[in-house]
Amino acid sequence: MKKLFTSAFAVASIASSAMAAELDICVEGAYPPFSETATDGSVVGFDIDIANALCASMGNTCTMVKTDWDGIIPALVEGKCDAIIASMTITEERKQVIDFTEKYYATAASFIGKEGMKVEDLKRVGVQRGTTHQNFMEGEFPDVELVLYGTQDEVYLDLQAGRIDASMADSLAQQEGFLNTDAGVGYAAIGDTYFDLKYHGAAGIGVRQEDTELRDGFTAAIAAIRASGEYDTIMKKYFDIDIWGE
Amino acid sequence: MRFELVLQHWPQLLLGVWYTLHLTFMALAIGFCIALPCGIALAQKVKWVSPFIRAYVYAFRGTPLLVQTFLIYYGLSQFEFVRESWAWYFLRDAWWCALFAFSLNSGAYATEIIRGAVETTPKGEIESAVSLGLSPLQVDWLVLIPSSLRRALPQYGNEVVFMLHGSVVASVITIQDILGVARTINAKYYLAYEGFLTAAVLYMIITYGLIQVFRYLEFRYLKHLNIHVAEADMHLAHGRI
Amino acid sequence: MDAILSYVPLIAKGTGITVSLAVTSCLLATLLGALGAAGKLSDSRFAAAIAGAYTSIVRGIPDLVLLLLVYFGGQRLVNISAQALGLESADLSKFWAGVLAIGFIYGAYLSETFRGAYMTIPPSQIEAAKSLGLHNLQIFWLVVLPQLMRFALPGYANVFQVLVKSTAVVSIIGLEDLVGLTNDIGKTLRQPFTFFAIAFVIFLCITWVSQRLFYWMERRYALQGHDAV
Repeated sequence: MKKLFTSAFAVASIASSAMAAELDICVEGAYPPFSETATDGSVVGFDIDIANALCASMGNTCTMVKTDWDGIIPALVEGKCDAIIASMTITEERKQVIDFTEKYYATAASFIGKEGMKVEDLKRVGVQRGTTHQNFMEGEFPDVELVLYGTQDEVYLDLQAGRIDASMADSLAQQEGFLNTDAGVGYAAIGDTYFDLKYHGAAGIGVRQEDTELRDGFTAAIAAIRASGEYDTIMKKYFDIDIWGE
Repeated sequence: MRFELVLQHWPQLLLGVWYTLHLTFMALAIGFCIALPCGIALAQKVKWVSPFIRAYVYAFRGTPLLVQTFLIYYGLSQFEFVRESWAWYFLRDAWWCALFAFSLNSGAYATEIIRGAVETTPKGEIESAVSLGLSPLQVDWLVLIPSSLRRALPQYGNEVVFMLHGSVVASVITIQDILGVARTINAKYYLAYEGFLTAAVLYMIITYGLIQVFRYLEFRYLKHLNIHVAEADMHLAHGRI
Repeated sequence: MDAILSYVPLIAKGTGITVSLAVTSCLLATLLGALGAAGKLSDSRFAAAIAGAYTSIVRGIPDLVLLLLVYFGGQRLVNISAQALGLESADLSKFWAGVLAIGFIYGAYLSETFRGAYMTIPPSQIEAAKSLGLHNLQIFWLVVLPQLMRFALPGYANVFQVLVKSTAVVSIIGLEDLVGLTNDIGKTLRQPFTFFAIAFVIFLCITWVSQRLFYWMERRYALQGHDAV
């Protein structure tokens, strides 16, 4: 009897430990303030704080895996990580390859450039390769020369150098990641914000298509931290406005 | 295996091939123009310039092309005074930055190649030229240089291939050369390797073509040395840096 | 200035990664080079064909392209093989993808170096050894190998120098080596020139040190009065 009990307990604990599993989370580390690399090499930012909060809520231990944006979806598909928390927009195109949880924030896109510029003046615009912003520019502004960069940080560098007239990316990321910093003096948002459902969407957590349990787990955890107020605490740490979106 | 997605973009790939070839050959040409005087100067131990040339060669052969390119593209743009100078017209453009870095790099390697070739010029050739009453400049132009260039051919063939392979660095500073296009396609469709495989095949084809050209050149111009062409395959120089 | 000094430990760590990447890749390259040379020199047409194909293909691909192929495509290969064998898949790290790619490429160059060095050994020495009754393994260990070292050393030194610089491209897949770190830090602090200049200087130091090392090795292995070193 005792043996049966201990073995049942063992099986149960193995099963539950499979739930309290270790998760690897792909993060980018080059998209301030959502994700950036600190001086000691670790990745910090809104995305990381949310990831840690969600993992705690789900009872898992999470390790951040810094991954280049170009390879982040292949990395997920190949099993280098179990989820992508890198401000990745939910799009139909991406849904063909991976699955997404419900959103964890939603913001619009905008141009930023030297103060006083207008959208009509833009000739060369920089975007990060493989983003919804690249698709948006190719679709809505086909006459503008598009320069593709590996990271958003590189776009900022060339914007400062005057190699491009403007950068098209998430309005909030550009606000906090560039305009509000020392480097952003003399630069401002140009024109309105854009949120075209054809190209844009909310940011979600990417998971492999077969990991439906993990996806639902994350979605539930997002709702949990929204309800508990933890989401707001984290959000206020980085932003003055509400980024949850509609 | 979704190669159709890659092949759909063949116009961009073709443009990428053009950019790659254009950049490679222009860098080689400018590098050669740098290397010819520098190599001869080093070989003939010309007084004042030799230390500077040696420093240049050491610096550009001792560091990676990637770092050199980054220094020029991102590094120089850091400075206000560069951005406001006439040079900015060129340095502003990724293309010119890449060309600048590649030319300097190729020039350094080519200088060493030419130096080695000039130093191994058979003394007899120079002596007979001088005894014919040719001036030093004529000796250089009519005898030394053609003879050295012939000798430099196998190693220079290597350098051409290295420059072609080195040109991939351009894709890192936004240029849409072969690798640049491949990375863009891969990123757009979340492919793991199809774009890169296509790029690899393209580079292999071009490399093979270049090797054949140099084999032919060696056969024609080194006939007198009767070098066994099949053996003069692509191998690195066995000399010192 | 203080900001820059605070990064010194990180840069030192990055330099360590660059050097260990170079050394590890070189070990793999040496192994592949030896196999390649053996293949080309062997009597078996099959071995020669494989070795020939290896060198031709690998020397036609730029290092960055092969690296990207290995890093992105290699993981899929590892996964597929692991599944086929019923094992748990291993993670192909950036470091090991770099080692594989660079080792593969420079193995092809080293196979030419070793082959050339082997062919420089006068065949009469091997005949003499054979006539003394030594068998193949002894001949290799006592006669061929010491001379191989002498003759291959200049070419080997050359390949190593090129290999060290080639490791820079691994930063493009995100490895936190010297180039990767100086790139990140330079961009974050918006002082790319300073940090790339630091990387430039460190590479010059690495080049200088390895040159000295190989020079010392060549002197050690040279025959007294024979080789002009």
